[in-house]
Amino acid sequence: MAMAVRVCLGFLIVLLYSNFSTALYEDQVGLADWHQKYIGKVKQAVFPTQKSGRRRVVVSTEENVIASLDLRRGDIFWRHVLGKDDHVDQIDIALGKYFITLSSEGSILRAWNLPDGQMMWESAFYVSTPSKSLLYVPANINLGKENWFLVFSGGWLHAVSSIDGEIVWKKEFAIDSLEIKQVFQPPESDIIYAVGFVGSSQFSVCELSSKSGEVLKHNTASFPGGFCGEASLVSSDMLVALDATRSALIAISFQSGIINFHQTYISDLVQDFSGMAALLPVKFTGIFAMKTVSSIYLVRVKGVSELEVLEKFNHPASVSDALTLSEEQQAFGIVQHVETKIDFRVKLDKDLRNGVLKETIEMDPQRGHVQKVFISNYVRTDKSHGFRALIVMEDHSLSLVQQGVVVWSREDGLASIIDSTTSELPVEKEGVSVAEVEHNLFEWLKGHALKLKGTLLLASPDEIAAIQAMRLKNSERNKMTRDHNGFRKLIIVLTRAGKLLALHTGDGRIIWSLFFPSLHRSEACEHPSALNIYQWQVPHHHAMHENPSVLVVGRCGPSHDALGFFSVVDSYTGKERNSLKLAHSIIQVIPLPLTDSTEQRLHLIIDANLQAHLYPRTRDSVNIFLREMSNIYRHSIEVGKDMIRGYSLQSGCNLDVADEYCFNTKELWSIVFPSESEKIATTATRKINEVVHTQAKVIADQDVMYKYVSRNILFVATVAPKAAGEIGSVTPEEAWLVAYLIDAVTGRILHRVTHHGAQGPIHAVVSENWVVYHYFNLRAHRYEMSVIEIYDRSRADNKDVWKLVLGKHNLTSPVSSYSRPDVMVKSQSYFFTHSVKAMAVTATAKGITSKQLLIGTIGDQVLALDKRFLDPRRNVTLTQSEKEEGIIPLTDSLPIIPQAYVTHALQVEGLRGIVTIPARLESTTLVFSYGVDIFFTRIAPSRTYDSLTEDFSYALLLITIVALVAAIFATWILSEKKELREKWR
Amino acid sequence: MMKRSAEIIAFLLLFSCVLPSALAGPSGPGDGYTIAGHVKLEGATSKGFTPMEKSNSKVILNGGQRVTFLRADGYFSFHNVPAGTHLIEVSAMGYFFSPVRIDISSRNPGKIQAALTENRRVLHELVLEPLREEQYYEIREPFSLMSLLKSPMGLMVGFMVLVVFLMPKLMENMDPEEMRRAQEEMRAQGVPSLSNLLPGRSS
Repeated sequence: MAMAVRVCLGFLIVLLYSNFSTALYEDQVGLADWHQKYIGKVKQAVFPTQKSGRRRVVVSTEENVIASLDLRRGDIFWRHVLGKDDHVDQIDIALGKYFITLSSEGSILRAWNLPDGQMMWESAFYVSTPSKSLLYVPANINLGKENWFLVFSGGWLHAVSSIDGEIVWKKEFAIDSLEIKQVFQPPESDIIYAVGFVGSSQFSVCELSSKSGEVLKHNTASFPGGFCGEASLVSSDMLVALDATRSALIAISFQSGIINFHQTYISDLVQDFSGMAALLPVKFTGIFAMKTVSSIYLVRVKGVSELEVLEKFNHPASVSDALTLSEEQQAFGIVQHVETKIDFRVKLDKDLRNGVLKETIEMDPQRGHVQKVFISNYVRTDKSHGFRALIVMEDHSLSLVQQGVVVWSREDGLASIIDSTTSELPVEKEGVSVAEVEHNLFEWLKGHALKLKGTLLLASPDEIAAIQAMRLKNSERNKMTRDHNGFRKLIIVLTRAGKLLALHTGDGRIIWSLFFPSLHRSEACEHPSALNIYQWQVPHHHAMHENPSVLVVGRCGPSHDALGFFSVVDSYTGKERNSLKLAHSIIQVIPLPLTDSTEQRLHLIIDANLQAHLYPRTRDSVNIFLREMSNIYRHSIEVGKDMIRGYSLQSGCNLDVADEYCFNTKELWSIVFPSESEKIATTATRKINEVVHTQAKVIADQDVMYKYVSRNILFVATVAPKAAGEIGSVTPEEAWLVAYLIDAVTGRILHRVTHHGAQGPIHAVVSENWVVYHYFNLRAHRYEMSVIEIYDRSRADNKDVWKLVLGKHNLTSPVSSYSRPDVMVKSQSYFFTHSVKAMAVTATAKGITSKQLLIGTIGDQVLALDKRFLDPRRNVTLTQSEKEEGIIPLTDSLPIIPQAYVTHALQVEGLRGIVTIPARLESTTLVFSYGVDIFFTRIAPSRTYDSLTEDFSYALLLITIVALVAAIFATWILSEKKELREKWR
Repeated sequence: MMKRSAEIIAFLLLFSCVLPSALAGPSGPGDGYTIAGHVKLEGATSKGFTPMEKSNSKVILNGGQRVTFLRADGYFSFHNVPAGTHLIEVSAMGYFFSPVRIDISSRNPGKIQAALTENRRVLHELVLEPLREEQYYEIREPFSLMSLLKSPMGLMVGFMVLVVFLMPKLMENMDPEEMRRAQEEMRAQGVPSLSNLLPGRSS
C-alpha cells in the first residue's frame, strides 16, 4: 500500500515537473518582451535607380550586414547577416534588380534579388595573395545581352556572368606581381583596361579583350620616386597617384599605350601642408579628392601637368561619391560641421563655384562628427533635381536628410554593444500620480469581461484585436518610476562607438544618450574610446536623495598603455557628473564589494606597471580599503603566455610622488600550463553579485550535501595547441581539452579533468557550486555539454536535516580559502545539438528559484534549458527516492523543446551576449540579449509562483465567488426547508 | 520504410560505379573542395511561408566559420573547403535540422561522406530535410467544459458541489452503528497528526 502511494506521489511529482517550459502563447508576444533590429555602421550604400527600387537604399555595414532600407521611414525591408569573417568589400547594383556583393577579401561574389533579398547565385574565387579587391559592374548593361562583371582579387582578374555567376574567363596577374588598382571598360568598347602597380615603383597598363581575357597590350613604366599604392582614376586615360612619401601627387597618363608621369608636390598646390596625404576613394571625372591632416581638397586635373585646387573643406567634413544626373552632368555632396549644425551642399561638376543646393541641418550633438555621406537625387514636380543624403555619424547612427530636415534616424550603434549594466528607476513620489491606470470601475469590469471572453475563446477576431491592443498599451509597464516587482529598470549600454544609451525595459525606448569621444576629445587625448561600465553609486540607505550613477572607464588610445579616463554619469539624466583624466593606464578594473559613506563603490584599477589605484580618491575610501586590504586578491590571466598569476596588495607604490591611493601588488602564486600541450581557451568566474540561498542540498534519504560555494572559484579550460583552430582542422587523436577548477586566492587546483578528442570553441558559465561548459567532441562529432558540481566534504558529518530546517545548523563557521578543502566532485556529459554563441545562467533576487541555462544557439535564438537536465546525478535507473526528488532519467543528449526558446519566433541576429538581471520578484529574471539585434524579455524559471500572472482572470474568480455564495444560499434554503419538513413530520 | 531503404541499397549497389560525386568535387586551382547540397523545406508552402522567410535560412559550416545562404531552389555550396571532417548546420526558423557530419577524404580526392549526427543516418546525397517542425508557441486549448473545470476555480466549485450533494447521500447510506464505531475510534486515537498521514512513516 505504502509502495503504491509512493509510486503515485513520485509520478505526481514527475508530472508536475515535466512541464518545464516557460512557454508563451502567441498572443502574449510583446507583453513582456521587445525586439529591435539594427544593421550596424554603414560602410557603403547604393541607391537603386530603377523605378521599382526608387524608395529604397541597399547598404553594407561593418557588422557584415547587408540590408535594404525604406527611404521614407528607415525600416528594414530585408537583411542578411553574413559570417563573422565574411566582411563585405564592395557592393553594387546590376541590371536594376540584382544587388551584387563581393566579400571575404574578394573571394565570394553573391547576387541578391533586390525586392526580397533572396540569394540568386554565389560564386567563389581562389585567392592566393590577399589584396584589395575590386568589383566592376559595367554601367551600360543591356538587359537582353549576357553581361560580365569584372572582379579583381588575390592576383586574379575574373569575368563573371551576370546571369548565373559562372566564371567566363580568368587571368592571373600574381605572376607579374601586378596589383591592379582600377579596372574599367570604356563604353561601346571591347577592350578592358586594367591599371596597377608592380612592386612599389612600376606602373603598368594592361589591355585585355573583354571576350576572352587575352592580354592585347601590356605596357610598363617605372617611376623613380615610387608609389604608396593609392591611386584615383580621373578619366579613361589618366590616373592620379601618391608617391611613396605621400607628399607628392603623380599624374599618370596612359593614352594609346604611352605612359607619362608628372610629379607635383602637394606643398606647391596647397598652403601649410604637412604630414601625409591620402586619396579619397570617390569617383569623379576630371576631379579627385585628397585628404590631409586638417582638410579635404578637391583638385581638378586639367592636363598631365596642370592641377588646380578647386575647394578646401576643413575637418570634420565628408564628400560623397559622384552621382550621374545625365550623360555629361555629375553631382556630389559635401557635409561639413558648422558649430552645432551641419552644412549639406550639393554641387555639379560643371559649375563648382555655385552649388545646386545648400542646406543647414540641426543635428543632435550626441552624434559626433560626420563620417560618411551618400547622396541620391529625385525629380521634383517642377522637373528640377532634388537631393537627399544619407549621413553616417560618428556614433554609427544613420540619418536621412531631405529638404533641410532629418527625415529619420536609426540608432545603429546599438548593433555593437560592448558592455551593459542596469539602474533602478526613481521611486514614485507620493501625491504625484504618474498615470491614471483605469478610469473607472465600469471600464475595468468591461476590460476584464473582454479578457474573460478571450480566455474562454469565445471572442470574435475584432474583440481579440481589442484585447491585444489593450494589453500592449498597458501604460503600467512604460512608466518612469520603480515598480513593486522590479520589472521596470534602465538598461545602460555602451556601444563600440563610445556612446552610452539608457533603454527602458518596458518597451526599449531610449531615455537618454551620451557620446563620449566628443566629450573627451582633446589635445592630450586624441582617440578616446570607452571600455567598460560599472555601477558607481547605488543609493540604498544613506544617500537616498542622490541619483544613482555609473562609471565609464575609457582609454585615450588604442594601445594598452594609453592613459585612461574616468567619467561618472548620472543614471537618471544622462549628464556627466564628473570626469577625471588618469595619470596611468588601465589594464584591469576590479569593482570591490565595498562602498564608502556616500555609497560610492570602491574600484581598484590595475595599470600596466601592475600597480593598483584606488578610486574614489577620498580619505574615507582609503580607510575602508585599508581595513579590508588583507582580504583582497586579484588574479591575471595571460592568455598568450598560458599563465595565471595571483596577487595580493601592499601599501605604498614605487612612484616618484607619494600617493596614498596607490598600492603595490605582490605575486603570490602562478600556474604555468605546459605550452607544448595546453593553451588557455576560456576562463569563467562567478558573477560577483550572485546570491546563493542555501549552502546545503538535501538529497534523497534525507541526506545532506554541502555545496562548495566560493566567490573565488575560477574555471579555466585549455586545449591542445594544434586543436586551437576551427572544427575539422585536427583528428580526434591530436585534440584534448583540460578543464580546471582553481581557487583564485591560493592558486590551488581543486579539480582537473581531461576530455580526450575534444576541442573548442568553449563556452562556460560558473554559478553557485557548479560549472557548465560546451565544447565539441571530435570522436562523436557532436557538441557536448559537461557539468561539474563541487561539494564540500569537510562538513559532511555535520548533517541533520531537522537542524537545517529549523535553522539551528551552524553554517556560520568561517570558511577560509587557506584551509585545505576536502572537496568532492560530481560530473557528467551530455550531447547538445547546436553550436553555441553565448551562454548565461538566470539570476534571481534571493537565489531560491531553480536555475535555467540560457543558451544562444547558432540560429541566433536563446534557449532556456533547465539546470536539472544538467544534473550529474542523473542516472539510467533511478531509485524510488531519486525519482521523488525529481531527478530526470539519464538520456545521452539534452532535449531541445521549441517552446523553451525565450526568443520564441524571433532571432537576435549576430548574437554575442546574454545578460541576466534579477527582478525584485523572486521568481523572475530579466533577460537582455544583444548582437546586431537587441532583445529583452523576462522569464520565470519555475513559473511565477509568487504572483498572479498577467492574464489571471479576475472575472472568472468573481464568477466563482458569486456562484459559491449562490450555492451556499441555495443549500441553506434547501436545508431550512428540509428541517422544517422534518419538524412537521 | 524497411522496403524503401532496401530499395535504396539495391539502387546504390546497381549504380555505385555510376554515382557521381553529387556531393562535391575539387574546384579550380585551390587546394579545397566544394561541398554542395540541397535543403528541402517540405511543406513550406502549405504552411503559408513567404519566400522572405525562406531567404533568411542559413547554412553554417563548422560552427560559424563560414555562413552561406540558400538559393531560391534550395541549393547551397561551400567552396575551397580543405579535406577533413566538417560539420554543417542549417538554421531555418520553424524547423529543426540535425547537424551533418561531412568527411572529405584527403587520400581519395573528392570522396565525400555525409551523415546526420543526431541519428547517425548516412546520407547518400546531401539533401537536408528537417527532422521536425518547431512550434514556438503553446497552443491555446479550445474552450471546453473540462478545461474550465480543471482550473482552480472549477475545482473549487466542483468540490463544493460534491460535498453539498454527495456527502448527505453517503451519510444516509452509512450504517448508523458503523458510524458510531468510527466516531469512537477517532476519539480513542486522538487528533490525527500530519506525520501519521505521511506515507513514509506508516510503513
